[in-house]
Amino acid sequence: MDQDRCVECFTCYRGLSTEHLNPTMVRTIRKVFGLLRMRFDPEPDVCPTAAIEPQELSWPRIVRRAFSDPLVPHESTGIHGRGTEEVKTNDVTFRVGEGEAGFTIEFGRPTVSTRFSDISKMTEALAKTGVEFETKNPVTHLMPDPSTGRIREDILEERVLSAIVEIKTRMERVPEMLRTVTDVARGLDTIVAIGVSTRCSPEGESALEEVLRREGYPFWRGKTNLGLGRRPAVPEPAPESVSVP
Amino acid sequence: MTNTLHRYGAPETLENDFIVFAMSSRGINDRGSVSKFQEFLSIAQKHNPVNLGDATKGGVFRPSKSLNPLAHWFRKDERDPERLVAHVDQPTVVSAVFDNREALTGFLKEVREADLGLSINISSLTGRADEVAREAGITRHSVEYSLGFFGALDKLPDRATLSLATMCGHGMISFNFAKKMIDWVKEGRRTPKEASTYMARFCTCGIFNTTRSCSILNDCSHRNRG
Repeated sequence: MDQDRCVECFTCYRGLSTEHLNPTMVRTIRKVFGLLRMRFDPEPDVCPTAAIEPQELSWPRIVRRAFSDPLVPHESTGIHGRGTEEVKTNDVTFRVGEGEAGFTIEFGRPTVSTRFSDISKMTEALAKTGVEFETKNPVTHLMPDPSTGRIREDILEERVLSAIVEIKTRMERVPEMLRTVTDVARGLDTIVAIGVSTRCSPEGESALEEVLRREGYPFWRGKTNLGLGRRPAVPEPAPESVSVP
Repeated sequence: MTNTLHRYGAPETLENDFIVFAMSSRGINDRGSVSKFQEFLSIAQKHNPVNLGDATKGGVFRPSKSLNPLAHWFRKDERDPERLVAHVDQPTVVSAVFDNREALTGFLKEVREADLGLSINISSLTGRADEVAREAGITRHSVEYSLGFFGALDKLPDRATLSLATMCGHGMISFNFAKKMIDWVKEGRRTPKEASTYMARFCTCGIFNTTRSCSILNDCSHRNRG
């Protein structure tokens, strides 16, 4: 096992079905079949000897698991996976309002993995534009001073399966943010997946679509929050009046 | 569940791929939400979902930790939606995957009537989600668009592999495993359904769409013969 490449997602341990066969017997059968030039066609998701055991992790390596294993909740947010609610609960958190745009900038996805050093390059570039990072986001918790965007030194070389940075801007700044993110992404040794969200009008119209069309970004898939969530006794703040260019 | 956001594929390959998920917000409306999550899943069951999931416990397709060697020839279908519903015991994210618009519409109408108070999201083509929501009498609140992948794109595999692997957005289905399943189907060693089931077992959130996977694998297989 290449310890540097392993992101501690625990999928090998959790995702494989297991038999509990005797390892010596399994090796012997394989050798006999090999000698006879015969091949057994086993189920591809079964470990015959249940040989994989998770290892105890300590800091800073444990960060890998927090960002790679979807069954481990982030301590900072209590959410499993990459630990963000984004606009999925916008109907009760009012995180992104009308005239605003939320960005989810995800590194390492799909299945490619990333290091925090690459994430830090992006967050430092974003910080220079003056945007604020979402406070309820696990990556923000790894910045000693979010105004610089710099991620703490001791984890920069840790590799994780993926991590999400979240920012929020006014709708007018969406083109500028998209340019910044795509420019920085070109210099990174990983994949960057971009999601951008907004609060719809009371009629269900999205002002963001016009902006994305104008900027030439194709979009056809996404997540639609149906607004069925309820936050008892807390009214949604009235949206500010915003002109979208 | 940003894990559902960036599914790869041309719009026409995503027309019948709908993931509906319910979640509460920590510290706001998560208290007493367990029974609501269970009700969401119970309603979903009535509309023939292709997959169901609980983000903390797994989907209906699960690995087994006590197989016997006969499983290589006679593997049981161990899906147990009832167990999945019964085992929801904490605030979580639950999901249901549908492969047709009619089932989704029926489900949404019932969820709306149930008035669970949870945040309900549809991950799909955004235009299609808006249409279906309106049919169910719901006006969307917020929307998040996937703008796709940027950066070191040379690290990505071919279209079919990417389409399969991104159906588990947490990255639990590796490119190599998806490629292997494509090869096995092409070689006739496994059916698309069997290969799809193997991959679905690795998706712990239960959002892998086995119907779409079969369709992708069938296409690969036919292209090989053509």
